[in-house]
Amino acid sequence: MKRHDLIIVGAGPSGLSAAVEAAKRGLDVVVFDENEKPGGQLFKQIHKFFGSKEHRAKIRGFVIGQQLLDEADKVGVKVVLNATVIGLYQDKEVVVKIGEEIKHYKADAVVIATGAAENMVTFPGWTLPGVIGAGAAQTMMNLHGVLPGKKVLMLGSGNVGLVVSFQLLQCGCEVVALVDAAPRVGGYGVHAAKVARTGVPFYLSHTIVKAEGDECVSGVTIAEVDDKFQFIPGTEKHFEVDTICLAVGLSPMSQLLKMAGAKMEDNPKRGGQVPICDEYGRTSIPGVFVAGDVSGIEEASSAMIEGRMAGVVAAEYLGYIETEAMDTELVDLEKALDGLRQGMFAPKNRGKAIEKTEEGIDISANLLKKGYVADDEIERYPGVTHKKGVHPVIECTQNIPCNPCQDACPKKCISIGSNITSLPIVVEDSDCINCGMCVASCSGQAIFLVDEDCGDGTATVTLPYEFLPLPEAGTKGIALGRSGQEVCKAEVVSVKTAKAFDKTHLLTMRVPKEYAMTARFFKAEK
Amino acid sequence: MNSVNDRSRDIGPFVPAPDDDMLICRCEEITKGEIRQAVHDGMWTMTEIRRYLRAGMGLCQGQTCSRLVKGIVARELGVSPAEIEPATSRVPMRPIEMRIFANEAKEDE
Repeated sequence: MKRHDLIIVGAGPSGLSAAVEAAKRGLDVVVFDENEKPGGQLFKQIHKFFGSKEHRAKIRGFVIGQQLLDEADKVGVKVVLNATVIGLYQDKEVVVKIGEEIKHYKADAVVIATGAAENMVTFPGWTLPGVIGAGAAQTMMNLHGVLPGKKVLMLGSGNVGLVVSFQLLQCGCEVVALVDAAPRVGGYGVHAAKVARTGVPFYLSHTIVKAEGDECVSGVTIAEVDDKFQFIPGTEKHFEVDTICLAVGLSPMSQLLKMAGAKMEDNPKRGGQVPICDEYGRTSIPGVFVAGDVSGIEEASSAMIEGRMAGVVAAEYLGYIETEAMDTELVDLEKALDGLRQGMFAPKNRGKAIEKTEEGIDISANLLKKGYVADDEIERYPGVTHKKGVHPVIECTQNIPCNPCQDACPKKCISIGSNITSLPIVVEDSDCINCGMCVASCSGQAIFLVDEDCGDGTATVTLPYEFLPLPEAGTKGIALGRSGQEVCKAEVVSVKTAKAFDKTHLLTMRVPKEYAMTARFFKAEK
Repeated sequence: MNSVNDRSRDIGPFVPAPDDDMLICRCEEITKGEIRQAVHDGMWTMTEIRRYLRAGMGLCQGQTCSRLVKGIVARELGVSPAEIEPATSRVPMRPIEMRIFANEAKEDE
């Protein structure tokens, strides 16, 4: 039986992070993953991540995945793919199916980083082909280059539902509606806003009545629900679709831990059956650690830090580092994790209806109900200011832990300050040079460069644009408002592409000046 | 002891519902009505439901339906899903062909 210092199950963000930290300290580490590609969900994440520099903010998920793999490779981590761990026995015997054989390994320590699986909901017709998980849609699009469908209805307004809706739009699908039984949008407002302004209608307090079709999905009916989640008769709406995507949460895949005899609990706040563990991932079994979604559903950035913690703790457990050295490392990691768990969407605020920002400004009710900030609400946020000439308009209206914009501006026009969740402000008397770095750096695509009066009755609006093909200068079309409704005619002045923008193109359009503060998206004439 | 373990508790009669024919466990083709009926037949834990109906025993090993089944059982018993005793986890953790399961690799690799 082959022995290793540390066996890690799962080569996602947390598993790879744990592997890197442990191998760096001299442990012999092997990572098993049942998939044919490593990286877990990271290689499906094509959007820029939130957070600060330490959290690899404004880097796209799949790039972070590649960085992690490179780091793992450099420190000698062995990643075995198509390797399904089918059992975890006493004394840390790990049984793995590799190819057509069963292999047995023995470890001195084990990190379980198996992640989570998608939840489903039932409604008549839910077993028809065409009803798929949002994660499945993401896998089809971003790993295999297969379009899941042409006309899609998305159920679920959490970050997964919002992000995947945007990716479907990027792939050329029509997203006919974004539906959620909850009364408020669950994910980041900026993710919702970038979907809403392309024209996708949001139906909160709605859910699916039934999916229609004989052989596969051909339509779907939704209806409004009351505060007890009962359908309100007469509120039915019908859509012709070929695909229904479900983004209704995740459940930890913690069966290996249960099998090994770790103490478990059913904790709805952490997503279901999870091992009881301390804040560094130590389970009730000495030498068995957990990291990432398997111990509680969060997101990739915190999973990476949890993974690093587990790697450090495992190194100390096996005597590769002193306890004091571990404690010092953990203090820094804890600080980084704490930084991510701040703001309106922090785990501690889950389920709470937050009505004011940390600055005391009313949260946009429209954003929570319709997915976009209403025109009469936007002026109250500190990033929205007016001045002569080109200047940034920052439509960032919720406290989330994210700050790449303040480092992006070479002229220091944007400030968030030391509190990472603060809303960005436009620094008074600062000089915008129209470079566009802020627009491209904003992971939420919430920054625009606006010249409210060009002197000839027109205004220009520069917006982040991640759709192909790129329109050429001179293209005539329609400017859409935050709601996705047509507001006026528009003409493309320029589309800037630069390496530093990392594939976020800067589309500048000219609109009549009275629409400078309402035109937020460009749609070419058909 | 929680209310789930109190087998003498009266949970009332089985009342047919319009969505009883909805498939819940796709692999083994078990409907919502069958699961609800099983609760009234005395199957109050996930392990019992699995053995009685085979719900969650198919190809996906309950990856899709176990949360749904749990919700249905909990509702029938009038308790929170968190109170329902989960199914036992055992090897193999993923579906596997018997010929592979029995094919131990040679020691020298």
